[in-house]
Amino acid sequence: MTMRIERYEKAFLGVGAGMLVIFLLALGFTSISMGINLPGRAGEIDPASVRAIPPFNNPGVRELGPGRYEVVMVASAWAFQPNEIRVPAGSEVTFMATTTDVIHGLHVDGTLVNMMLIPGQVSRNTYRFDEPGEHLMVCHEFCGVGHHIMSGKVVVE
Amino acid sequence: MSATVASPEGFQLPAEQRRLVRWTIYIGYFALFAGVAHGFAQALSYAGINILRFFPFLQGYYQGLTAHGVANALFFTFAFSNGFLPLLTSRALARPLKTPLLHASLWTLVVANVLVIFAVSTNRASVLYTSYAPLQAHWTYYLGLVLLVVSSYIAAAHMFILLGGWRKENRGVRIPLLAFISVASYAMWILASLGIAVSFIGFLLPWSLGILERTDPLLNRTLFWLTGHAIVYVWLLPAYISWYALVPRQVGGKLISDPLTRLVFVMFLLLSVPTGFHHQYTDPGISTQMKAFHGLMTFGVFYPSLATAFSVVASLEMGGRNRGGTGVLRWIKKLPWDDPSVAAQLLAMFTFVFGGITGLINASYIVNQVVHNTAWIPGHFHMTVGSAVALTLMGIAYWLIPYLTDRKLWGRKLAVAQSWFYTVGVLIFARGMISGGLDGMPRRTFIAEASYTKDSWALAGALTGIGGTLMTIGALLFFVVIGMTIWKGQKGEGPKDIPFAHALLPASENRWDVKLDRLGLWFLVAVLLVVIAYGPFFLGYLPPHLVSPGFRIF
Repeated sequence: MTMRIERYEKAFLGVGAGMLVIFLLALGFTSISMGINLPGRAGEIDPASVRAIPPFNNPGVRELGPGRYEVVMVASAWAFQPNEIRVPAGSEVTFMATTTDVIHGLHVDGTLVNMMLIPGQVSRNTYRFDEPGEHLMVCHEFCGVGHHIMSGKVVVE
Repeated sequence: MSATVASPEGFQLPAEQRRLVRWTIYIGYFALFAGVAHGFAQALSYAGINILRFFPFLQGYYQGLTAHGVANALFFTFAFSNGFLPLLTSRALARPLKTPLLHASLWTLVVANVLVIFAVSTNRASVLYTSYAPLQAHWTYYLGLVLLVVSSYIAAAHMFILLGGWRKENRGVRIPLLAFISVASYAMWILASLGIAVSFIGFLLPWSLGILERTDPLLNRTLFWLTGHAIVYVWLLPAYISWYALVPRQVGGKLISDPLTRLVFVMFLLLSVPTGFHHQYTDPGISTQMKAFHGLMTFGVFYPSLATAFSVVASLEMGGRNRGGTGVLRWIKKLPWDDPSVAAQLLAMFTFVFGGITGLINASYIVNQVVHNTAWIPGHFHMTVGSAVALTLMGIAYWLIPYLTDRKLWGRKLAVAQSWFYTVGVLIFARGMISGGLDGMPRRTFIAEASYTKDSWALAGALTGIGGTLMTIGALLFFVVIGMTIWKGQKGEGPKDIPFAHALLPASENRWDVKLDRLGLWFLVAVLLVVIAYGPFFLGYLPPHLVSPGFRIF
């Protein structure tokens, strides 16, 4: 009985390990070949003087080139600035965001735009908006008593 | 020797010590009760129903959410483990506990509770249990949580002292399995807790007292998650101890392999801590390479859980077949489902399958961006800590409280119904939360009063509310059963010993598994892995960026 269990166990753990390796390979492949990235190190900033430091002294949407946009965003309790973002369908949009006070979150519903905004740090990630439509944008980290009114929208035209 | 304890024939814990262990665990139940009440209000909020006005001390949703997390995830779990793990160690080594240390651990826990209850109930600490700076709580909150950790250190030291004493008298003898896995669990916690110890004592407490004017939000967050992922294994391992070493006996089977069980706990000691960045995948200021490395390690720490799934189910099958069960799956019906302790833990294991799968999805690097900080996450962890752990601890209580009080369990059938209510509830609840999360519903948000909504959230929110209501009923039944057992249970009719299992494949005296007993060595390897996983980040980041004053906007 012991021997048979040990054989089954080896098979189970072998299949389990194989499965985990396949998952990891799939993750590595999609990350590299499809250019999907996590936010990484994108610079530091003094949260008290965010509104004086470029580009955050001028939050908004600007065109960088054909089909390429940059959103510079400042979050503070309890609003995003800008809180309405309009870009044409097919645009590749780079979000540059930071916070002036506490930790906030930035999540654009139905997309991979999902980042933490941490005082002292600049958050950056890029996403391609292919389909026209409207996305809800919310703060998804608790940031005080008004957390649930902190929202906006991204309109893809 | 196939027993998982020394002296399998019997060992009696002195009555005074049983009383102290009992009261330590009761504190956990008080916390659970408070936490559950708030949880009910939060589940209903997702369904669009606001019942906060019925909570007399509450000034807001996030105050209740703080109470829910701190009470359930921190006080309930640690109070239970502080009582349960030293008890198991004592029984396994057949050595009585040290009464002064039981007192010290209990009273530290009481003071911790009083401080935190003061801070949270007066709305001075509505920062949620993650305590992310620069939201700043009152100093009593940070000090209370530090004392909670101190009480767990006393419990851990207690176990190390028992084991040290036993080893001196038993040179060259294998450590009884039940003691080994109990001590290994809290040894891992000692290492894991370093993150919050540094954060709370070095930064947050002096900052809340005004000694430090500013603090570093990213550093504190990173230190929190250095502890914060491993802490979920500290909650989980007492449940695993029960599944490995106690439940097999309760269902009439055996623990499959002593060496493999030890190996699994050594793997948790090694791999639980160097994984924290997978909670910070979407954070700025941390390189993607470090995040990827932690992701890899997280897949690694999934492995001992896979091994656990095999071993535990094999033990159950053995029990089911010993009880006359046949077929590929029909033996499951022969398991003692009428034993409330077994039923609760079988259902806990079942929900944990989904908890584990969703956890692996969270750990999956870029996939995390789909679910991070959405309602999916609480959907996930209510199937891990919120049921795999909570239900198992309830199941353990159905023999442990009778054992500690020497009273017969009151309301056996009600106790069985309890775990079914809770399980059905948590599955419906998690289905709601998970679908809502995939649809962009944020977590930690007062949805009932939010300025935004989506029509498609209605079903997810309703399921969350319905499931949460069933969970609340299940939890309340637990308190009825335990309360009535303590009050009215038949005296002198409690179990006389803990239900420790025997191993099918016992520990060897001279094979590879002997090395597993060198806990000190494994601890050093674990430290080394933490240095490798966190060293590059700290080297590139320190000194602390003290940029943020405190914000009390709750």
